[in-house]
Amino acid sequence: MAETETRLKGLMLRGLAGDGAAHAELLAALAGNLRAYFLRRLGPASADAEDLVQETLLAIHTKRSTYDTQAMFTPWAYAIARYKLVDHFRRAGVRRAVPLEDAGVLTASENPEEGAVRRDVDRLLATLPARQRRLMEDVKLAGYSIEEAAQRAGMSTTAAKVSIHRGMKKLAGKAADEDR
Amino acid sequence: MKTADLIQALSADATPVRRAPVAPWLAGAGLAGAAIALAVLAMWLGFRPLHAAMRLPSFWMKAGYTLLLALAGLVATSRLGHPGARIGAALALAALPIAALAMMAMHETMRAPPAAMPALWLGQTWAICPVRILLLSLPAFALALWALRRAAPTRLALAGAAAGLFAGAAGATVYGLYCQEHTAAFVVLWYTLGIGLVGALGALAGPRFLRW
Repeated sequence: MAETETRLKGLMLRGLAGDGAAHAELLAALAGNLRAYFLRRLGPASADAEDLVQETLLAIHTKRSTYDTQAMFTPWAYAIARYKLVDHFRRAGVRRAVPLEDAGVLTASENPEEGAVRRDVDRLLATLPARQRRLMEDVKLAGYSIEEAAQRAGMSTTAAKVSIHRGMKKLAGKAADEDR
Repeated sequence: MKTADLIQALSADATPVRRAPVAPWLAGAGLAGAAIALAVLAMWLGFRPLHAAMRLPSFWMKAGYTLLLALAGLVATSRLGHPGARIGAALALAALPIAALAMMAMHETMRAPPAAMPALWLGQTWAICPVRILLLSLPAFALALWALRRAAPTRLALAGAAAGLFAGAAGATVYGLYCQEHTAAFVVLWYTLGIGLVGALGALAGPRFLRW
């Protein structure tokens, strides 16, 4: 948890200084957390969750000047996410109390197993070269198309495909080694 | 639009951003609102003889009380403009002058003869004082809400109530330049009620006007 806070806050500070790549990485990481949070609150089949994810990301972006760089980042982001959820219920005319939880719920995964899987994935990914890792995260975790990810990485689509293919093979090999 | 596209668009727009605290805007809103209230008061009720009044401890008791509440309201409101900020300290800051003045009022009550009780607690103007404070607070209240919209309040009723506390205390400070009531008992009861009315108005207005 503390690691997540440190990582996200670091990205936020770099984003505030004008680092677009760090800002993108922050928003992509938050998108996952936000999706899990909203789905948990709205029910797994809710079609509104993704809208709320986007609204919250937009709010985090446009209101980032209200973040006090001396303070923790997660409570700030959580307060905005919770506000967007409250606002969603209000607009829908639903009277529903949204509990004011510890900000940690935003970055915690609901079941510990899911968190463990994510940690395993992160650890395996960390063994790849930075460029390949970024490519795989974009395509497999952040939901970019291969064309978009290739563009972001500044390589041709074919090269990106090959790189991702090799990366998957390498990861599969490593995971199998560890299971043995 | 896909979330990934949104992220890409937003990060393309990631120009350097400086922190923009809301407190200076709120302070400006309070001062401008108080100035308007001052002009309204001058045309409406006029001022009490201020030169003589400034020699009275009761004048400073009232001014000190409302100014401290305004400060507490300013701190609470600006904290509530920043997502995730805590407001416990600001609430304690508001409770402090109220508790102190309540103690002074108790002291007055215990020393006064029973026949003086109505004068002590009701003064001459109890029935109109809270409403006048409410009216004089409206300019600062509207401006404070506008300033708060620049920030990112996430608890709208609470943020509105805090803005009401801030504006109400500013309005009450201005009203103190007219009002000649001089007992702690009167002030802690009717001034606090007037400020509380603006706070309640804020709690109702917040969810409506502070949405973003």
